[in-house]
Amino acid sequence: MLSIKNLHADIDGKPILKGVNLEVGTGEVHAIMGPNGSGKSTLANVLAGRDDYEVTRGSVEYRGMDLLDMKPEIRAREGLFLAFQYPVEIPGVTNMYLLKAAINSVRKHRGIEELDAREFLKLIKEKAAMVEMKQEFLYRSVNQGFSGGEKKRNEILQMALLEPHLSVLDETDSGLDIDALKIVAEGVNLLRSEQRSMVLVTHYQRLLDYIVPDYVHVLAGGRIIRSGGKELALELEKKGYGWVEDQAAA
Amino acid sequence: MDNKKLVMSNSEKDLAPMLQRDYAEGFVTDIDSETLPPGLDEDVIRTISEKKNEPEWMLRWRLEAFQRWLKMTPPRWAHLHHPPVDFQGISYYSAPKQKDLLDSLDEVDPKLLETYEKLGIPIDEQKMLAGVKVAVDAVFDSVSVATTFKQTLLDAGVIFFPISEALQEYPELVKQYLGSVVPSSDNFYAALNSAVFSDGSFVYIPKGVRCPMELSTYFRINEMNTGQFERTLIVAEEDSYVSYLEGCTAPMRDENQLHAAVVELVAMKGAEIKYSTVQNWYPGDENGKGGIYNFVTKRGACRGQGAKISWTQVETGSAITWKYPSVLLEGDDTIGEFYSVALTNNYQQADTGTKMIHIGKNSRSTIISKGISAGKGQNAYRGLVKVLKGAENARNYSQCDSLLMGDQCGAHTFPYMEVKNPSAVVEHEATTSRIGEDQLFYCRQRGLSEEDAVSMIVNGFCKEVFKELPMEFAVEAQKLLGISLEGSVG
Repeated sequence: MLSIKNLHADIDGKPILKGVNLEVGTGEVHAIMGPNGSGKSTLANVLAGRDDYEVTRGSVEYRGMDLLDMKPEIRAREGLFLAFQYPVEIPGVTNMYLLKAAINSVRKHRGIEELDAREFLKLIKEKAAMVEMKQEFLYRSVNQGFSGGEKKRNEILQMALLEPHLSVLDETDSGLDIDALKIVAEGVNLLRSEQRSMVLVTHYQRLLDYIVPDYVHVLAGGRIIRSGGKELALELEKKGYGWVEDQAAA
Repeated sequence: MDNKKLVMSNSEKDLAPMLQRDYAEGFVTDIDSETLPPGLDEDVIRTISEKKNEPEWMLRWRLEAFQRWLKMTPPRWAHLHHPPVDFQGISYYSAPKQKDLLDSLDEVDPKLLETYEKLGIPIDEQKMLAGVKVAVDAVFDSVSVATTFKQTLLDAGVIFFPISEALQEYPELVKQYLGSVVPSSDNFYAALNSAVFSDGSFVYIPKGVRCPMELSTYFRINEMNTGQFERTLIVAEEDSYVSYLEGCTAPMRDENQLHAAVVELVAMKGAEIKYSTVQNWYPGDENGKGGIYNFVTKRGACRGQGAKISWTQVETGSAITWKYPSVLLEGDDTIGEFYSVALTNNYQQADTGTKMIHIGKNSRSTIISKGISAGKGQNAYRGLVKVLKGAENARNYSQCDSLLMGDQCGAHTFPYMEVKNPSAVVEHEATTSRIGEDQLFYCRQRGLSEEDAVSMIVNGFCKEVFKELPMEFAVEAQKLLGISLEGSVG
């Protein structure tokens, strides 16, 4: 699904990622953990193709394609989804409108017939029910006046609608109370499948109580310094990031 | 932090070309015209009046306005920069040569018909689709060349005539209202217009009549070195209703051309006038060469209790726009509205807004202004809300939002408030935002192209104004901003 080799990336000439290697197989869920400033969000944004970051070295292969060579919208249409840490507000544009434009651009790209208003309405209502989102949110401007939890739920709704091959969730748990966290996690778990891979970027272990990863990686100083199974997360929780950082330095 | 900013503005700079559009209306019609030599004096005014076979009082009115104009100077307070206009370098009258009185469209020069066809303006009644009935008055340079559905409208009691013809057929009616809302002494350009206006539309809706179709006037400047000075007068008697739209285009030329119009609206007790403008005058090229100077005075008077006047404007064209469609809320319980989208790209400048003058009790006004600046465009909102002493319980709500694209454009807000009655409630809100990389990236990450994302964001920003336009024109306005249809769901 995803093969990251020796990835280096700068922001404003300042190196953030310094040689990341990561292999994500189809159907696998990987958690990327690490202290603040370790480059977790940078990795997520580089994968999605944000302009502010410059890749200086390395390669990323996604489903047999050179990911770094693709525009952000092409990556999206090819099934790469980023759930944003801070979903943006777009005044005057209804959630419905954005979602319909999104799914139809994906369908068009894949040569599938675009959905008409009625078909779309049926589909979106189904998906909204799935992530337990009230329908009124569909008719409101994108994320405007949404609480932190509602914004994150909206991200999960978009993911459910677009059915990506690879989902990258950037600090999806930040700013959520425990109830909201559970609902978001349930949504993610519903979307877990043997065909779909996920990369969870998170600072805290607690998200992993609800979404159990297959693999856990620790990102620090722009590199993955340790990888392991889900038990690594528990160890991190107990011993803190200093523990692995010291070990890596030793 | 500074570096971060630099990165943002570099990528934002690429946004402006997306608002760039080819000016499809920029062609010239090759037609024989009768054009007065450049210059303005009493003789020119006498000639115009004579050509129109006007009554004596009309000529006197023009000459008085001219005398006033001579003593006035162009306004300098607006946030606009342009070289002085050479008023003696302009021709004040130009008309395509044709027979004086036309009985039917068959007698209109085919080149003119072709021009309007090319512009997509329906001036052939027969060819109009059922359901989208719009009556059109087509003004070409200084004269009205065709007016549709005149008879159909007359059958309903509605007068929809070129103002020059109305002066022949209904001189008393015109005399009663002309200059009653915008006196010729009002300002420099209004005085000039009063002296030299050559055509425009006259609308009269009798008591209790709901005008059976949308009325519209389509203004076209064609001839070189001419100014267009049209005059529109709409009178809605008690409990009547009319929705009126104007559109404007001009050829692409290197010289600046002057357009100085006056629009007067009169709404009697319980009457409603909805006036919409889609202004698409040639804006000049990407280096700021050429384009129309659009200096316009528009004002409506709510004369009777419960009258309502609503201005909606979408201003995408012109090198310079200077206009403040206003409402005099004279009667009790009257309503004034102003909805505006003004787009300035390249070197375009706009200083536009409104004046809401509350005189009657319980009068209410709403102002929604959306300014979009891109390239080196400068966009100013200027608005006055004035509540007079007797305007018990007057209410105003103003909202002025500016959207910036890139780091070389400007947005300015000049709200003025004068409140003389303590029971009045006047609210003003203003926001300035930038189309952010964040918004764009978010949309692209969901699969939208960059162009579609910009369109969607701009469209969302203008939504409150677009929804005030009649359906067909809303579509037109969206196309003008180069944006796809928003709101087809949801």
